[in-house]
Amino acid sequence: MSGLRRLFRGARLIDPDSGRDAIGDVITVGDRIAAIGADISGDGLGADIEIIDLEGLCLAPGLVDMRVQLREPGAEHIESIESGSQAAAAGGVTTMVALPNTEPPVDDVSVVEFLARRAREVKLAKIHTYAAATKGMAGKELTEIGLLAGSGVVGFTDGVKAIANALVMRRVLAYARTFDQLIVQHPEEPSLGGAGEVTEGEIATRLGLAGVTPAAEVILVERDLRLVAITGARYHVAHVSTEAAIDAIRNAKAHGLPVTCDTAPPYFTLNETAIGDYRTFAKLSPPLRGERDRQAVVAGLADGTIDAIASDHSPWDQDSKRLPFSSASCGIVGLETLLPLSLELHHNRHLSLIDVLRRLTIAPARILGLGVGRLAVGAPADFVVFDPDARFRIQTERFRSKSKNAPFDGRPAQGRVALTVVDGRTIFERAAA
Amino acid sequence: MDHYAYRHRHLLGIDGLTPEDITHVLDLADTYVEMNRQAEKKKSLLRGRTLINCFFENSTRTRTSFEVAGKRLGADVINMAVAVSSMRKGETLIDTAMTLNAMHPDVLVVRHPESGAVQLLSEKVDCAVINAGDGSHEHPTQALLDALTIRRRKGKLGGLTIAICGDVLHSRVARSNIALLNAMGARVRVVAPRTLLPAAVEHLGVEVFHDMAEGLVDVDIVMMLRLQQERMHGSFVPSTREYFHFFGLDYDKLKVAKPDALIMHPGPMNRGVEIGSEVADDIDRSLIRQQVEMGVAVRMACLELMARDFGNGPAIK
Repeated sequence: MSGLRRLFRGARLIDPDSGRDAIGDVITVGDRIAAIGADISGDGLGADIEIIDLEGLCLAPGLVDMRVQLREPGAEHIESIESGSQAAAAGGVTTMVALPNTEPPVDDVSVVEFLARRAREVKLAKIHTYAAATKGMAGKELTEIGLLAGSGVVGFTDGVKAIANALVMRRVLAYARTFDQLIVQHPEEPSLGGAGEVTEGEIATRLGLAGVTPAAEVILVERDLRLVAITGARYHVAHVSTEAAIDAIRNAKAHGLPVTCDTAPPYFTLNETAIGDYRTFAKLSPPLRGERDRQAVVAGLADGTIDAIASDHSPWDQDSKRLPFSSASCGIVGLETLLPLSLELHHNRHLSLIDVLRRLTIAPARILGLGVGRLAVGAPADFVVFDPDARFRIQTERFRSKSKNAPFDGRPAQGRVALTVVDGRTIFERAAA
Repeated sequence: MDHYAYRHRHLLGIDGLTPEDITHVLDLADTYVEMNRQAEKKKSLLRGRTLINCFFENSTRTRTSFEVAGKRLGADVINMAVAVSSMRKGETLIDTAMTLNAMHPDVLVVRHPESGAVQLLSEKVDCAVINAGDGSHEHPTQALLDALTIRRRKGKLGGLTIAICGDVLHSRVARSNIALLNAMGARVRVVAPRTLLPAAVEHLGVEVFHDMAEGLVDVDIVMMLRLQQERMHGSFVPSTREYFHFFGLDYDKLKVAKPDALIMHPGPMNRGVEIGSEVADDIDRSLIRQQVEMGVAVRMACLELMARDFGNGPAIK
C-alpha cells in the first residue's frame, strides 16, 4: 500500500460488523484501513504520518444510504450531484445510492456512465445508482437488466413508483434473478392510492384530504412476496411504514425468502399529526402513518425485521412545496439529518448505539453487495466521526443541500457529525463552534 | 422391420411414439433423402389420394415442405390458408373440420395457433391428421427432421448432449425435441433467461441453465430457437441488443462446446438476435440448410406411414 498515511487517534471505535466497541486508533494508508486497534500508535510510525486526535469521539464506518434522489441529470436547480454530495459529506454518508427517477431516467447504460463520471469529478461520497426496472419507469417493459448490471448498477427499481402490474413484476423478478440482481419496490398499491396524499383516518377526514388506506402497503408487499417465492429473486422493500407490511416481511424472512427492507427516519420519528395545518413539508410517499404504525416501525428496527435505515433524501424546491397540500410534491431532504434522527432510537433506548449504526452501515452494504460499511484492515477507509450526545437544533437553512424541505427545523437533536472520511480523504470537517 | 408396425392413425406429437416408431420413421426418411437427390424424384405411392394443407397460422417453410413431400409421392395437394378465410368469418374449428371432412381428403396436415387444436380436429374427421404445429405444444415433424439431421451427421442420437437455447416457453419445437431426444437417450439441456422458460421445465427431463457459458459446456449440438418479434421488446426480454449479448449464439459463446459441436435452428432465423450470421453461415458447423432438406424426406416418410394405414403402402407382415 502506498499513499497518504493518517493516524486517527483515541476514538471510540464502533464497528457493527465485527461487534467492536472500544477505544482505539485507526491508521489509513491511501484509500484503505491499514491498521486498527488499541496498541497501534506506538513508536516506529515515522514522521510522515498525519495525526488526528479524536479525544473519545465515536468513529464508525461511514454511513451507507441506500435511497437518495440527486435530481441530476434534469433538475439541477433542485439538487445536483455536487450539492447532494456536500449534503452527504456533512451527514456522515460515505456511500449513497441514487434512484433512477432523473430526466432522462437511468434506464440506459449511457446514463449510468454519466453518473459515474460526475461522481468521479465531484469526488466526495461514493455514488452508486439503481437503474429503472422498466423502460421510462412506465411499468410495462423490462429495461436492459443484464447490460445495466454489467455497467455497475446495484439494483433495479422504478423509484418512487411501484411496479404495479403483477405480471410485469413477476417478469422483472424472474429476469433479474438470471443476473442475481436486487429488485427494490416502492410498496404502495397504486390503484388503491390515487394521489395518496395522507393516510386515511380521522386526521385526513378532518382536513378534507383524500386518504389512502395503509393496507395499500401490505397488499403490494404480500403480492410481491408470493412472486418472490415463485422466482427466487432478491427483493427489497423500500421505506416500510406499516405494522402489517412489517409483519408480512418478518413472516417471509422466517420462511427463508430472500427479502430485506428499509425504513426512513420520518417513519419512526413522526406520525401523521406532523401534517398539522397542511404542512407540505410533512407530505411523504408513503404518507406518515398513525402512532401504532410508527411504533411498529421502531419495533421492526429493534428486532431486525427492518434491516436498514435510509435517508430517502427527496429534495424539492419551494415551488414544489409552496402549494395546496394536494398539489405539493412528496418527500423530504434527509441526508444531513440521517444520523441524529436515527440516534433518537438509541437515546430513547429502543436500540443500542451499535445496532443503530448497523442499520446505517454494514446492513445496507450487504444488501447492496458493496464492500463498504465496516472497520477492518484492508477495507475502504470510509468513516464518520461524531459525538452521539452533542446537543443541537436542526437548522434547515444551514443544509448544504440545495433544497431545505424538511419538517424538522428547530427540532432538538443529539449526535452531530464532526468528520467524514472517504478513501482516507477528509471530505467534511465541522468548524469548531 | 419384420415385427414392426406403426400403430398410429395420426401423427399428433412425439409424445406417444416409441423409440422404435421414431427409429422406423428415421430409417424410412433416410431412403427418401437419397431419392430426393436423384433427378427423378416421383413415386406413385399416394396417387389418387388427396392431401390438404390446412394452415390456421402463417407458414411458408413447413407448408411448402409438406406440399413438396406430398407431390413427390403422387398425391393431389391442396393448400388452404384458413387464417384468412373461415376463421375471419367466425366459423368454429369443428365446423371447418366437418367441412373439410365432407371433401373426403386422405391426409390433413394442420397447423393451428392454439395448443390442442389439431388433436380436437383429428377427433372429428375420418382421415389421417399430421400435426404441423399446434400452439406451444408440439411440432413432431420438426423434431423428427432435427433428429434425422443429427443422426446422419453424428451417426447416433443416444449419448449426445444437446442444448436447446432461447424461447423454450413459447416453443413447440422445443417440446417436441425434448420428448424425442429424451426418448432416444440423448442428454437434453435448456438454456434461457427465466422469463423464457416454462414452469417446471426440469420435470420434462432436461437440465436447466440460465447462462450460455455454462449451458454450452461440452455439448455436441446447439439448437437455437427463434425469438418471436413480439417478445423481443420488453415483455419477456428487454431488447434484441441485450438478448444477443447474453443468449445469442456467436463463436465466443460456442467455444466452451465440443470442438465439433454443430449448430441447428428451425428457421426462420433472426440474425443478430438469437444467432450471429458468422455462426449461422459456417458451412462446417451449421446444419441449418440440411435441416430443410431433411424436412422433405421426413415428411415423405410420415406420409408413407399414413398411407399404409389406408392401404396404399406395402403390406405389413
